[in-house]
Amino acid sequence: MEIFDLTIHELHEKLKAKEVSSVEATRAMLDRIEAVDGQVNAYITVTPEQALVEAEAADKRIAAGDIAPLTGIPVGLKDIFITKGIRTTCGSRILENFVPPYDGTAVAKLKEQGAVIVGKLNQDEFAMGSSNESSYFGPVKNPWNLECTPGGSSGGSAAAIAARTATATLGTDTGGSIRQPASHCSCVGLKPTYGRVSRYGVIAYASSLDQVGPLTRDVTDAALLLGAVAGHDPKDSTSVNTPVPDYVAGLATGVKGLKIGLPKQYFIEGLDPDVKRAMDEAIALYKSLGAEMREVSLPHTEYAVATYYLIATAEASSNLARYDGVRFGHRAEDARGLKEMFAKTRAEGFGSEVKRRIMLGTYALSSGYYDAYYVKAQKVRTLIMQDFLNAFNEVDVLLTPIAPTPPFKIGEKLADPLQMYLSDIFTIPVNLAGTCGISIPAGFSAAGLPIGLQLIGKPFGEATILSTAYAFEKETQWHLKKAPL
Amino acid sequence: MKITRSEVEHVARLARLELSDSELDTFTGQMDGILAYVEKLNALDTEGIVPTSHAVPMENAFRPDQPADSIGVEAALANAPQRAESFFRVPKVIE
Repeated sequence: MEIFDLTIHELHEKLKAKEVSSVEATRAMLDRIEAVDGQVNAYITVTPEQALVEAEAADKRIAAGDIAPLTGIPVGLKDIFITKGIRTTCGSRILENFVPPYDGTAVAKLKEQGAVIVGKLNQDEFAMGSSNESSYFGPVKNPWNLECTPGGSSGGSAAAIAARTATATLGTDTGGSIRQPASHCSCVGLKPTYGRVSRYGVIAYASSLDQVGPLTRDVTDAALLLGAVAGHDPKDSTSVNTPVPDYVAGLATGVKGLKIGLPKQYFIEGLDPDVKRAMDEAIALYKSLGAEMREVSLPHTEYAVATYYLIATAEASSNLARYDGVRFGHRAEDARGLKEMFAKTRAEGFGSEVKRRIMLGTYALSSGYYDAYYVKAQKVRTLIMQDFLNAFNEVDVLLTPIAPTPPFKIGEKLADPLQMYLSDIFTIPVNLAGTCGISIPAGFSAAGLPIGLQLIGKPFGEATILSTAYAFEKETQWHLKKAPL
Repeated sequence: MKITRSEVEHVARLARLELSDSELDTFTGQMDGILAYVEKLNALDTEGIVPTSHAVPMENAFRPDQPADSIGVEAALANAPQRAESFFRVPKVIE
């Protein structure tokens, strides 16, 4: 096994035993990026010099007997995380040359543990997209089939795991942007409960929905990485002050007696037969492990996509007002006067998906439409949240598909934004409800494309979905399969 | 038709986005389709339902009012497209 194939916990053991140094591991990863990223396009920026300096520092730390789970581990970050001294583009032309003056909290926490940042990963522009085709830096290719999308918007983060060009990565999930690409690339992706991880230093898309989470090779790594970045942060007023459990220690709890709910609205006609088969197999496996399956109802599921696209775009139109060419980012040149500079700067700097969402959001918030669209959506959001609370009165965890189909071809849904939006139907309700969900590898289609399984937990129920996922992973081999690169 | 081309033009002005003629046509069609789709929310009776603006019910987040270091003038201006001394330079504001 190559060094770049190892999980965080496997590499940690080797670093601790001094069988391998962080510099060796980092070099191996940088060589791997050099060898295969031309095909995948998972990285926007690779930081070899800085990474090797960080790796040397990690090796010194390890030599002194000071090793944390992430010390010396090569990680990649979605390019939405503010990184001091490293260009941060958010997949947009408007931030093409932006070099932040500080680190966000999640990044600072990784650095405190001595993680090595090898680069910044491709994404949909401002995290808007389900296929990574809206990046200014070009589409990411799915390592399992280079003609397919890796999903989005954390497509670069998921593809880097599948291409084995990062040991672990961080992404963000606003409507499924960690779980859906994790599913499409056969890796583990966890969206924590809203408020579990600080959003300070994460470029905002839709502030009431965005959440930071890990993408990893296995469930143990997801538990490790979540534990490293979770916790209260006074710099983020929406971060919640509750203790962070030891997620790794709780993994082997098992599922005997666990009540798993199957929301009937998620197992509908039209679900791809390969996805359906993978779900049936997973349900049978959990039953055999002693879990109790129950049908539950989330009656407002069909309203989630409409609700999401009003709330998310409204928040986005507000958040993206800061990109005006005054203080940072791209500025249009030949403008006569300030207003023209704003309009031209934004016209040149944003791609069409971002413009479309700003337009939708501005419309939904505009005079005369605010109550009919935005407030209406906020009320339906209440109903969707209540659905989840009611379901969690009956069961501990919900089991659902992640996406209605396996990964689709690049370009297939670009002309029809509504069809693209509908592909997120199974992930969006979790963000609206603010609770947590995980995607784990659960099989492959007849064409060899990955299929993921979603486990949804109660608010702050990350430990439960992790242990439920771990029980599945222990009995299956899906997470061990490697993309043909 | 939920939205007309002239309404899209108006929204673009509100959003400070200069759109080309072809963008205006494309967005008019696409926004019309999306707005027709979101109409489905009207099938739900939401009378008396409290709107949710946030997933976590929280009171104000207070912290001690203690002065701390800021990033400083040079770091704040480091990404400025144009600057003049300690200021961001912009085109003429008064028209």
